[in-house]
Amino acid sequence: MSARLSLAPVVPGARIIGMGSYQPEKIVTNDDLAERVETNDQWIRDRVGIVERRVAADDELLVAMAAEAGRLAVKDAGIAPTDVDTVIVATCTMPYPIPNAAAQTADRIGIVAPGAFDLNAACAGFSYAMGTAADLIRAGSARTALVIGAEKLTDWLDWDDRSTCIIFADGAGAAVLSAAPDAESVGVGPVAWGSAGDLHAMIEVRPHNNALAQEGQAVFRWATTKIAPVALRAIELAGLTPADIDVLVPHQANLRIVEAVAKRLRAKGAREDMVVADDIVHSGNTSSASIPLALDHMRAAGRIRSGDVALLIGFGAGLSYAGQVVVCP
Amino acid sequence: MADNAEILSGLAEIVEEVAGIDAGDVAAEKSFVDDLDIDSLSMVEIAVQAEDKFGVKIPDEQLAELKTVGDAVDYIAKNQ
Repeated sequence: MSARLSLAPVVPGARIIGMGSYQPEKIVTNDDLAERVETNDQWIRDRVGIVERRVAADDELLVAMAAEAGRLAVKDAGIAPTDVDTVIVATCTMPYPIPNAAAQTADRIGIVAPGAFDLNAACAGFSYAMGTAADLIRAGSARTALVIGAEKLTDWLDWDDRSTCIIFADGAGAAVLSAAPDAESVGVGPVAWGSAGDLHAMIEVRPHNNALAQEGQAVFRWATTKIAPVALRAIELAGLTPADIDVLVPHQANLRIVEAVAKRLRAKGAREDMVVADDIVHSGNTSSASIPLALDHMRAAGRIRSGDVALLIGFGAGLSYAGQVVVCP
Repeated sequence: MADNAEILSGLAEIVEEVAGIDAGDVAAEKSFVDDLDIDSLSMVEIAVQAEDKFGVKIPDEQLAELKTVGDAVDYIAKNQ
């Protein structure tokens, strides 16, 4: 005899109801780095687009940054921490794999006994986690989910490697998703995701020094050619066209990759007045935190308005990539 | 199949589009790095567009060997 299992009722979808972010206080300029490695301000600005980046203090924990971003997002949503039932932390830079970041981050915020797990899709992590959370909500498994991208990349850098230490930085960004009451208010589109595991060695932590290494030129070629098609697929899955996109928020890997992706989307019909995130200039590359940091900063600066249609697209180590269209809260 | 003159003019258009250098300045004897001041990332963008335009493959290892505009024209002519 087979039992018939009951499932939660499906809801129309999820929407973003709050955002928050946190960056460490310490600013490291290009000139600071030029004192340590053979580089200079102009070279970094030209090749990567970074002017300065934020670096966490030695004793500043990833989970503390995650919790602060999450706390602000919950506050922005106008809900209580106890209203959150699911916490996903996208990260690839916890100091140790056990325990995970999500459970203790939730505890720091005062979220009681949520489903809590980490998700490692490196720089694509935030879009992977948004897709996962939105589908958990749609399926009725979650009602209100906190999605956080948090990284302390500087724990995993060789400060004498000028190809990486100029790029990566620390920070956290978060979004609260909740069930949309009706189809018209759904604010997170379907995720377009994938991976290219054959290229895993292109961005990796090398065991001899436990430091991140990447083949910059190969990554640049991959990102500038393979990511725009994923972004276009995300737009199509949401039932929109490139001209509908008000804001483009690619992972802040390198300003020239961001510009190349924007150019390819404009060639496919995206508008000239589409706002393009350039948060890397003052934040550096913060992997899974870069997209929510950019969104939150652009919102605070008035460059994004409530109701704007934003295209999020993350890509990085794995290699992995994911994107979706969202409606800004 | 494009002849060398067609490849040169097509490549010059790409260089102008990617790096903002007047197509008229893109001559066979010019070095991409030393004369035209094109950096490695712009070279990748030029290679990607040249691949599309001429139906060739220009891997990163090969790209490093293409020092002058003429080197690139010859490589494309041989491999298209």
